[in-house]
Amino acid sequence: MSLHRPTYVHAFILGVFCFGFGILIASLDLVTREDIKLRQFEDMQASLAKVIPLAIHDNIPAEDKVVLKGDDGKDLTVYRATKGGKVTGVAFPIQGSGYAGPIRLMMGVDPEGRILGVRVAMFKETPGLGDKIDEKKSDWILRFTGLSLGNPPVDKWKVKKDGGQFDQFSGATITPRAVVGAIRNGLEFFAANKAQMLEARK
Amino acid sequence: MTTSYRTIVRDGLWDNNGVLCQMLGMCPTMAMTGTATNGLGMGLATLLVMALSNLLVAIFRGYITHEVRIPVYILIVAFWVTVVDLACNAWMHELYKVLGLFIPLIVSNCLPLGRLEVFASREPVMPSFMDGLFMGAGFTLALTAIGAVREVLGQGTLFADASLLLGPAFKFLEMKALPIDAGFLVAILPPGGFLVTGILVAGKRILDIRAGKPLADGPAGHGV
Repeated sequence: MSLHRPTYVHAFILGVFCFGFGILIASLDLVTREDIKLRQFEDMQASLAKVIPLAIHDNIPAEDKVVLKGDDGKDLTVYRATKGGKVTGVAFPIQGSGYAGPIRLMMGVDPEGRILGVRVAMFKETPGLGDKIDEKKSDWILRFTGLSLGNPPVDKWKVKKDGGQFDQFSGATITPRAVVGAIRNGLEFFAANKAQMLEARK
Repeated sequence: MTTSYRTIVRDGLWDNNGVLCQMLGMCPTMAMTGTATNGLGMGLATLLVMALSNLLVAIFRGYITHEVRIPVYILIVAFWVTVVDLACNAWMHELYKVLGLFIPLIVSNCLPLGRLEVFASREPVMPSFMDGLFMGAGFTLALTAIGAVREVLGQGTLFADASLLLGPAFKFLEMKALPIDAGFLVAILPPGGFLVTGILVAGKRILDIRAGKPLADGPAGHGV
């Protein structure tokens, strides 16, 4: 048996396997890299298309990016819709903390600060209760379209249980509360950074 | 020592089923069986990795020394998982959106590793490949069954979103099994995974006893 072979033999065999499979994976990475980038770009385009109506732009929003500092100090990418060189809407990711971890959303806002659309991108909320924030499960998320910081007034940007005007779901308050809060923060972020977002490109 | 194909098929699908008998791979079993479609997707991805890993280990087994076999096995499983992950992301992106979450979990599944150790490292290439294929198929069956029970009890549907995984031709699989909106919620929550798996394991044992099969103590099979 191999029990009496010196250690370097085993080390060499393990090394050869690691090297060989390492090379194979590196080459596969090279082959797939461009395609994967393209797929991610398509995904981004598809998610932007949900929150920015096609009619208001003649550019490709996924390609018109402005990087700002978000509330948490991290970079936040803002995608811009333009028509004839004028910015007609912006979309950016927002986040709230739900019942079972972060809820990521994408939100579109027009230059006057009205919501063009909001969609949930990633969440882990309880199926059957918190997942009604998903467009596929319920139309709850569509009610935000057209609203802005003044409509309803800022102190009504809460779920009904907290004295606001938005319905929570039966059995789930934390999830809609997180989403409403995230959207309100998003609108405030827009208001605070409006100038930079709407600035025309040279 | 060579195992007949008949035994390989029977062992994989029923007699020595990875989940219901060997009780391996519990992490993906619990995590990915909220719906029948998720169970099926996780099972199919695992099946592919198991068949390919068994194949490679059986080919190279003459060169892998006993002392470093475990790192080499893990390397091979991780290699196939990465291949499936990258290829799926680049060229089968719709499928990737459904399965992408599950694929990296396969590395943490000890069922593939177990089959490499007890089967592929001792048997010829073809039987090893078949073992991976049928152990994977048994795993898929068990996960789909657990997922189906949890989905019907928990949200009243069966194979919801199956057409996203398998293509539009499989739309017919998507059923509304029970006329309820939110059912027995605990079935889709983590405790439901343990409950349903336990009930299915017990059910399989009852069937085996009825069929007069001797009860194996603990994991049955090839010298485990």
